[in-house]
Amino acid sequence: MDVEILSRIQFAFTIAFHYIYPPMSIGLGLILVIMEGMYLKTGRKIYEDATRFWIKIFALIFGIGVATGIIMEFEFGTNWATYSKYVGDIFGSALAAEGIFAFALESGFLGILIFGWNRVSSRVHFFSTIMVFLGSLFSAIWIVVANSWQQTPAGYHIVGEGMNARAEITDFWAMVFNPSSVDRLTHVWIGAFLSGAFLVLSVNAYYIIRKRHLEIARPSFKIALIVATACSLMQLVVGHRSADGVAKNQPAKLAAIEGHYDTLAKADMFLLGYVNNKTQEVSGLKIPGGLSFLLHGNFNEPVKGLNAFPESDRPKQINAIFQFYHMMVACGISMIALTLFAVWQWKRNRLFETKWLMWIFVFSVILPQIANQAGWFAAEMGRQPWVVYGLLRTSDALSKTVTANQVLFSLIMFTVVYMLLLVLFLYLLNKKIKHGPVSDHAKEDIEESSKRNNPIMKQ
Amino acid sequence: METFLGLDYNVWWFLVFGGVISGYAILDGFDLGAGALHLLLNKEQSRRIAMNAIGPVWDGNEVWLVIGGGALFAGFPVAYAAIFSAFYVPFMIFMVGLIFRAVAIEFRSKEPMLWWRKTWDIVYNIACIVIALSLGLMLGNVAYGIPLNADKEFAGNWMSFFHPFPIMVSITTLALFLMHGAIYLTMKTENRLYTKMHLLANNFTVFFVLSFVITTLYTLLYIPHLCDQFRQNPSLFLLPVLMILAIANIPRQIKKGLYRYAFLSSAVTIALLLIMVAVEIFPYLLYASNDIKNSITIHNAAASAKTMKILLIIALIGTPLVGLYTAFVFWTFKGKVKLDEMSY
Repeated sequence: MDVEILSRIQFAFTIAFHYIYPPMSIGLGLILVIMEGMYLKTGRKIYEDATRFWIKIFALIFGIGVATGIIMEFEFGTNWATYSKYVGDIFGSALAAEGIFAFALESGFLGILIFGWNRVSSRVHFFSTIMVFLGSLFSAIWIVVANSWQQTPAGYHIVGEGMNARAEITDFWAMVFNPSSVDRLTHVWIGAFLSGAFLVLSVNAYYIIRKRHLEIARPSFKIALIVATACSLMQLVVGHRSADGVAKNQPAKLAAIEGHYDTLAKADMFLLGYVNNKTQEVSGLKIPGGLSFLLHGNFNEPVKGLNAFPESDRPKQINAIFQFYHMMVACGISMIALTLFAVWQWKRNRLFETKWLMWIFVFSVILPQIANQAGWFAAEMGRQPWVVYGLLRTSDALSKTVTANQVLFSLIMFTVVYMLLLVLFLYLLNKKIKHGPVSDHAKEDIEESSKRNNPIMKQ
Repeated sequence: METFLGLDYNVWWFLVFGGVISGYAILDGFDLGAGALHLLLNKEQSRRIAMNAIGPVWDGNEVWLVIGGGALFAGFPVAYAAIFSAFYVPFMIFMVGLIFRAVAIEFRSKEPMLWWRKTWDIVYNIACIVIALSLGLMLGNVAYGIPLNADKEFAGNWMSFFHPFPIMVSITTLALFLMHGAIYLTMKTENRLYTKMHLLANNFTVFFVLSFVITTLYTLLYIPHLCDQFRQNPSLFLLPVLMILAIANIPRQIKKGLYRYAFLSSAVTIALLLIMVAVEIFPYLLYASNDIKNSITIHNAAASAKTMKILLIIALIGTPLVGLYTAFVFWTFKGKVKLDEMSY
């Protein structure tokens, strides 16, 4: 395999693995702010216990998010040196701003969040929780801005020729608020809130089924259910706006998403399907004219198809993009249906008695994860063959001095290390969940005394 | 060339980048040092105290690396691209070190089993040593120079990194962090552990001084391009003099029990060391060892003037903020370490 495909696999793998964690920490951050706020307002111990419990899980998730995130920041330089030179002015500024305005805020206050309970007042602790949450939101802003600029470049001009060409900023705010920034950012934020909320739903549903920690699990479940319901409904609106933006700014990507080859009136929208790239046909369940209606409010308005673009300027893996996109939408719809049904059961006072519903919630934690990953893959693969849409091709963006063997070596290394991380993460997460939201005082005391009495532990 | 307070933007950003890297070395330096001596502590209780001494701050310290990476990417994209693609292999090893350091701290306390804790202790210790050595190796190579072609791209292979000079810098960096970390732990510990840290701090100071002296002598004898500035401007000799005073102050303050001043002295030592490197390489960011014309400088690697201006604004707003909450966090956790239920 050549450097290009290996580097793409490496980037996709490291970013996909990284992208499991930050959305969960953003979403959990929101839940923590609500729970700790409730604790300060009501003074009820159950909210304090819930907050302390979720902070421990937050720390675990955050730790892996940071460790894998630092890799991303430097991978642009190691594997994509030409790209780095090309976009340094723009992408670099966004990364620098992320580090100084967002990540520093988040990491600085994280210490107080985890270790500060006995050192600062409860108000200062709550303030730190809010700062960590804000920091994570700001992080998302700069990262999504940087990525959105790759999708819909704005506020720049090109200087130099050929291999020495590069983009320079002409208008900072036009770069930040490029045509897709706001749509994509809100879409990512809400996706993140959903992954946090569904994690809390899943764990508490498990406690409710097992009849453990009920006094904490029930109110926590309700808080998360409100967040999840509101966010999954909002995502419908925001996601639609995002798709509208893609239609306007990246028509080839939109065509790929629906496997739409010929520019005809009455463009269909598929609920499920399979794209045959050779025959240029899609077979599956469709709404005739649905795509035209969704984009133009009219069933008969034509939508630009893939064949309107030169072969070299459009993505290749149409079926994969189609499937990822539809997977995301299916997960989104499932989340809406599930949360609305749960709210209805809540109104009928039967929420916690419906055991099968609780079991669905236990496994539903995977829905926002699939949606986030699939959405990301659809967005990134849909942009191909461009790394910066319409400006720089992925094949030109590589580091010229790095060899296939070096990339292969690092890819194998990351695969091994990340698999180990994933196993340990799941093991420890499971253990924390089994342990549950109760005080550790008693346990620590026992541990300490057993250490004193245990001759093996003595050095 | 646009200027701000009499200096052009490129020089300003070189100073900002240097400041961030010094901040990183001073802050992450002590927690890496504390990790690099971890296995010298042989009691479970001591190891826990040492880990909790850095527990609330190490993550915030690592942020400076992220800011430094962003600063180099934004301000000098050509240098960022060349340095990280050239140092591909050592950098990958460095990053694996960072991953394992982070997860070892996070995972160690989560299980009571002896084998679990011992394994993570070893992983943590090795990761910190690997991080320190690879950082030093890269710094040494940046100062010494690597072969670059006319397109300012790396023209060597991975063997190009293993000259005696970068290896000496690498060992000196480890020694420096060990000294810095041991001094930090004297501030945070009590009783017998404190006595041990006190001894280690003195021993590592000796180790650092020896490796520094050897590296300096080697530089003076064999690497003329790293001494030019000093030869031309004898007033620069003030820097090494200040550094000797700062190092000499360390055992003195430890003896007096004023650990905060000892720590401050070792922080000043780190800053002065990096300032001396910066003075010597300026205006180069990456020296081409094969042909000086191919070198990457703060001018030919820079982003546009407009970006430089934006970056300076970002730095002017951001740095005081970061300083403010870094200070707040350190102030919150001042004093000796006391283990509680949230500790590692």
